[in-house]
Amino acid sequence: MLANELGRSAFHAGSPILQIRDLRTNLLRPASLSLSAGECIAIRGPSGAGKTLLLRAIADLDPNEGLVCLDGRNRSTIAGPEWRRLVDYVPAEPGWWADTVGEHFSEWTTALPVVRELGFPEDAKAWPISRLSTGERLRLALVRALMVRPKILLLDEPTAALDPASVAAVEALIATRVQSGLAVLWITHDAEQARHIAHRLLVVKGGQVREEVPEWQATSP
Amino acid sequence: MASYIALNYWELGAASLFVFIDAGLSVIFRLNLHRSLLVAAIRMAVQLALVGLVLTTLFSLVSPLWTGIAAFVMVLFAGHEAAQRQEMRLSGWWSYGLGTGCMMMSSVLVTVFALTATLRPNPWYDPRYAIPLLGMILGNCMTGIGLGLNALTTSLVNRRASVEAQLMLGATRQVAAGPVTREALRSALMPVINSMSVTAVVSLPGMMTGRILGGVPPAEAVKYRSS
Repeated sequence: MLANELGRSAFHAGSPILQIRDLRTNLLRPASLSLSAGECIAIRGPSGAGKTLLLRAIADLDPNEGLVCLDGRNRSTIAGPEWRRLVDYVPAEPGWWADTVGEHFSEWTTALPVVRELGFPEDAKAWPISRLSTGERLRLALVRALMVRPKILLLDEPTAALDPASVAAVEALIATRVQSGLAVLWITHDAEQARHIAHRLLVVKGGQVREEVPEWQATSP
Repeated sequence: MASYIALNYWELGAASLFVFIDAGLSVIFRLNLHRSLLVAAIRMAVQLALVGLVLTTLFSLVSPLWTGIAAFVMVLFAGHEAAQRQEMRLSGWWSYGLGTGCMMMSSVLVTVFALTATLRPNPWYDPRYAIPLLGMILGNCMTGIGLGLNALTTSLVNRRASVEAQLMLGATRQVAAGPVTREALRSALMPVINSMSVTAVVSLPGMMTGRILGGVPPAEAVKYRSS
């Protein structure tokens, strides 16, 4: 079942878990937004508009300025490693530092249910990274990110290279997590997917971030 | 006092003949290296002449201040040369500052240790010992630090995705950049290890050769090199 079809989760009605004021980089104009627990926001916009820069700035991967608070705690008071465990970014081209899949997980047995949910067999642990397709890498990177139990998940086109069945599996997995309170910022070029997965819509154009009323909400009675 | 063979200017001129032969070959084979070859040769001659004058003055002064200033200038030049050889440079002053800082720490530490613990000249900062020693150590440092920094920056760029992936899972920067750092250290130390492995078999170290040419018995010259 997908997040939007479920309506607002119990978490969503509360105060924002993530608050951002005037977040900016040398290419990104000041952006402000808030995100509640159990909420998913789709981010759309043309290629090169600054969508990835926005997520990287929130994750504190690139130099940036502005106020970013998680649960009322200013990001500047939280150590980098802790911040990135709480606010996890999954890039469009995830990186790998060891030879096999299993080496990228601290506990493979804990990850197994999610691994299976995304269509992998148990013995995927021994698979060499070099033999993985782009779609397999994206799905395994998503599992890897979920294993650190973040409060915020920043997804950069996580289904761009997936077949329809895998897209549905990823969307369902994230929807379940959103229902459990995970907050998600999800970059997608697919308007239909945005309608499925998101409660709100952000549009990034020329480094400018603004919230728009989604088409699915504007046309609904 | 051991005797040595003094060279006159005609003999020096004859030695430079080979540079002109190389420049001629560059013209014949259209290598386009003759100009830079001649400029480098002239630059080297001028630098050596100047350093000869500077060292003569320094050796006669035996001043800790002037020895320190000379050492500082040498470290700055070595840092500049190491920074110049980077394929990918760190932004701002980092590229120059990091290389120079590393060189300053390592070379000064080793030189002071060699002067105070093994050679023990009187005074310990005697420029006749301190400056040539620092020069040799800086030469090795420059190669090692230049290679290490280059490996560090290029590996970080090439492995950016894997480093960031670990950072995003909550790894500290030391853990995330660990493989890159280890690779850079291996690159930096490899020339020294290779050089030590073939010392006395393939090559004779400059310091030992210098002592032998200066009239010191080979067994004594070996002690200097080993220290």
